[in-house]
Amino acid sequence: MAVLQQLIFALVLGATYGLIAVGLTMVYGILKILHVAHAGIYALGAYIALSVLQHLTPNFWGALAIAMLTTGLAGVLIYRGVYYYTLRRSRIVPLIVSIGIFTAMNELFRLVAGPYQHSFPAKPGLPTLITPYFVITSKQLLILILTAAFLIALYLILNRTKVGLAWQACSQDLEMAGAMGVNVDWAVALNFFLGSALAGAAGVLMALYRNMVYPTMGHVVAYKAFVVVVLGGFGSVRGCILAGLLLGVVETFLGSLEWFEFPRDAIAFLVLILVLMFRPKGLFGRL
Amino acid sequence: MPIGYILTVGTFTGIFMILTVSLNVLTGYAKQVSLGHAAFFAIGAYASAILTVKFGLSFWAALPCVVGITTLVGVFLGLPSLRVSHDFLVLSTIGLNFIVGSVFRYFSFFGGSMGIVGIPMPEFFGHPLGTAGFFGLTLLFVILTILTSFYFSRTWGRLAMEAFGEDEVAAKAMGINVAKFKIYAFAISSAYAGIAGALWAHYVGSVFPDNFGFDRSIDILAMLVLGGMGTIRGAVFGALVLQMLPEGLRVIQNYRMLVSGGILALMILFQPMGLLGRGSFLVKGFERLRGRLVSHEAEDMP
Repeated sequence: MAVLQQLIFALVLGATYGLIAVGLTMVYGILKILHVAHAGIYALGAYIALSVLQHLTPNFWGALAIAMLTTGLAGVLIYRGVYYYTLRRSRIVPLIVSIGIFTAMNELFRLVAGPYQHSFPAKPGLPTLITPYFVITSKQLLILILTAAFLIALYLILNRTKVGLAWQACSQDLEMAGAMGVNVDWAVALNFFLGSALAGAAGVLMALYRNMVYPTMGHVVAYKAFVVVVLGGFGSVRGCILAGLLLGVVETFLGSLEWFEFPRDAIAFLVLILVLMFRPKGLFGRL
Repeated sequence: MPIGYILTVGTFTGIFMILTVSLNVLTGYAKQVSLGHAAFFAIGAYASAILTVKFGLSFWAALPCVVGITTLVGVFLGLPSLRVSHDFLVLSTIGLNFIVGSVFRYFSFFGGSMGIVGIPMPEFFGHPLGTAGFFGLTLLFVILTILTSFYFSRTWGRLAMEAFGEDEVAAKAMGINVAKFKIYAFAISSAYAGIAGALWAHYVGSVFPDNFGFDRSIDILAMLVLGGMGTIRGAVFGALVLQMLPEGLRVIQNYRMLVSGGILALMILFQPMGLLGRGSFLVKGFERLRGRLVSHEAEDMP
């Protein structure tokens, strides 16, 4: 059953897209900032995990935890160190700052770790599932399970905790939320922490899956994650995950067609243009 | 220093001046940040390369077609920006770099990853231009670009763009046709970038997909932000500094993107108007100095 097997590939791809874009969509939902440096955080996660694996411990879970913690803190640092001071200024300011940070981060990766590709030496320690219809390798299984776990945890945080409530309030009106007693600074910082940690995790998982880490790995992600945010309807977490999965499916199936002679990374771009033209609020957004 | 080297550096600096001045229309006036300017540049270069190598046109015959093609692409890309009022346009421009690159690499019509080689030098009354001649040609186009965009900066178009760049809703309420001027901004900007691309292709003699990447788009934006968004003098100055600096300080060559990224982040945080933009510290200092001189003269007068 080739279709089922393709669906597995599509799900794995879509899951990582969703994981990256969730952080972006949360930032956009609250601060209305296009956080381009988020893709740099994604690459940072992969590099941190790589150096932990090389120098500290060969344990994958330890590397993942350290990478998520570091990327989360890096996200908070970018918010408190930079964006915080740009919130009251013209909208072009945070955008250009973000582009600058993203560029500088990519260059730092190149200077510190070298311009070449590194392989990612980790073993997830899960079995490979072989059924008559499809095969799920241990890496794919790990990505699917971890993504599901992260998203369920995120869902619970958003809907069952006070922090989640604070985020919802902030995304509706930042100043009113502050007036109603929400500690806006903390809420936004936590929002950045969680979103960046998820992006870092996505970086680690993608590095594991593709078995490579390289300085410009965030480039294509930078725009694809935004495509997912746009499709998902600007700031809606559920829409964003659905859109991530949808993009994974579309890319996998269109890319596997024989007659479809088109570069795979270009599909997301066409989808973006079409959606912006005909449904400017996104596929899953409230119109 | 050999004269050929100086002329070559001058030619490339001129090409980047055209690019930065063209980005100024889109980003400086209309406040639409474009991260895909290298893609317009690439489309111009490839269009000119294909028209001259595959269809045997001369540089001069190809140039109007190149401008037409890049203008059309610019209009097409401007279309989505009409529907989204947010700055989500910047995303489609990031994507544009990768799409243009992968399309040029993928289809054999564009030469694939082998690129297109053997692009002829432009001829002038039957004689192919040399290094000095081409420098003169570039200089001519730089001056034309500056003059035409100076003319544009004195028209209503620029005022309309600055108005909706600040506040789209307010601009609409004032009766400005935002959609029309957004498309204009894209069309003008990409047309200039196409000319720059054609010049580049004919000077270098070959085009490859890797010549025009995301990094180059960031470079052009950094030039504009360094010089000062919204002013032609700023755009020209920024291109001059960032194109000349790596020639003088070879060390920077290795850290080029770090410099560009740092300039973008630090300038916009601490000097959002750039070095020579309106109200920047240099311009203010100069005006104060001039004010003092003028008032001294007034005192001296009997």
